[in-house]
Amino acid sequence: MFKELRTHIVTLLNNQTRLDGRKATEYRSPISIEYGVIKTAEGSARVKIGETEVLVGVKLEVGEPYPDSPGEGTIIVGAELLPLSSPDYELGPPGIKAIELARVVDRGIRESKALDFKKLCIEHGKSIWMVVIDICPINDAGNLFDAASLGAIAALKNTKYPAYNGEKVDYKNKTDKQMQLEKVPIAVTVIKIDNNFIVDPDTEEEKVIDARLTVSSMEDGTLCALQKGGDQPLTQDEISQMLDIGIEKAKELRAYLK
Amino acid sequence: MSYKQRIDNRGFDETRPIEAKVGVIKRADGSAMFRIGNTLAYAAVYGPRNLHPKFMQDPQTGILRCNYNMMPFSSSGERVRPGGSRRSKEISLVTEKALLPVLNLEDYPNSVVDVFIELPETEAGSRCAGICAASMALADAGLDMRDLVSAVSVGRVDDKMVVDLDYSEESYPDGPVADIPVAMMPGSGKITLLQMDGEVSKEQLKEALEMAKKACLQIYEVQKKALKEKYHEVE
Repeated sequence: MFKELRTHIVTLLNNQTRLDGRKATEYRSPISIEYGVIKTAEGSARVKIGETEVLVGVKLEVGEPYPDSPGEGTIIVGAELLPLSSPDYELGPPGIKAIELARVVDRGIRESKALDFKKLCIEHGKSIWMVVIDICPINDAGNLFDAASLGAIAALKNTKYPAYNGEKVDYKNKTDKQMQLEKVPIAVTVIKIDNNFIVDPDTEEEKVIDARLTVSSMEDGTLCALQKGGDQPLTQDEISQMLDIGIEKAKELRAYLK
Repeated sequence: MSYKQRIDNRGFDETRPIEAKVGVIKRADGSAMFRIGNTLAYAAVYGPRNLHPKFMQDPQTGILRCNYNMMPFSSSGERVRPGGSRRSKEISLVTEKALLPVLNLEDYPNSVVDVFIELPETEAGSRCAGICAASMALADAGLDMRDLVSAVSVGRVDDKMVVDLDYSEESYPDGPVADIPVAMMPGSGKITLLQMDGEVSKEQLKEALEMAKKACLQIYEVQKKALKEKYHEVE
């Protein structure tokens, strides 16, 4: 599959360039983040990386805490690979690609402790806020992992609690209380093709990857979540190089968040 | 009692502000965005392309397949559970029927034209917004079309006939209400979608359809302008 395409992309990479003329570790431009684009959501963001566009919306629901964490709220991340966004997607319940995307975004937020779950508790053992983050790609032109992760953090930054009277949530009535972010994890997916490492793959490059590593890191460079994908294995040395790229490029993406 | 003033001070025959753009989804063969007030619709067209499963293929003509979907965060109330509801399936069906009369798919036997409509944000009138976006996306895809399709909801709020109802009007507490989504081929004036729930007299319905026609002609101009603008950008 895609043998010619792969040969072409590898030849380009060996000559320090790519299909669209970018350098190996260069993101597409422009990168943009718009906040509060969906008025019906408690928080929302639209992220564009080149032609890739993702909408992320946050809804807040009141629920019961899990028995093993009676004083903590929780997050739920959902992703749907909408057939609107790519000719490769079909209607139906989320497939494995969508589930992996949602779980990688979920882990970045959960494990970085970006949200203090204790602050999501309304009444100990009785009621908590459930933060439901939904990821909807509008145009999938590659690298949904990084765009969705950035969108989720941006949408959380934009989130305001709705009014709650102990019985019902009044969604028409947003309070001034802003969602507090304790940490800001940034995901960078580093791709290995042949002996080259690149970031921000486009649709064509995604077809021919050997391996990928999504590196979620915090401002001080601490890692908070990883996900290896792709069919080929990685050596320890390769992983080390990919982590360096992931942490370095995260600084660049972080600057787009306000 | 009488309905005197609309919440946003609109005239009774006035739509909410409209915004439209085509070519917004690069990976699609045709695409469009249509916003009316706080209701936003995206539509993407893929095809004509091979139709699977094979038993659905028609050797006489290509077929049209529409899917209407509300994004989980698109409702002003609780989160919408993903996956189709009975409501969204029915809207997908009537949308398909609303668009089919303008298409000529006989040149594409055994193929399908897929139209995916997504609503990131809704505040009444979402099926009509979806149809407006979809017909622009079909034109943007370069398909052979007899006309565009323009759609708007009209209706009755108490003693007044109004165009483009918002939520507060759909649930007006002090008098009878009727909500009538209408889609029209502006060139011929033929109606391709008509639904109604509520309470109206035959005379009122006639008046409502006249109002729908006027509003659809205005929407038609916005749609045409958006389709032309894409090519201005290229120049």
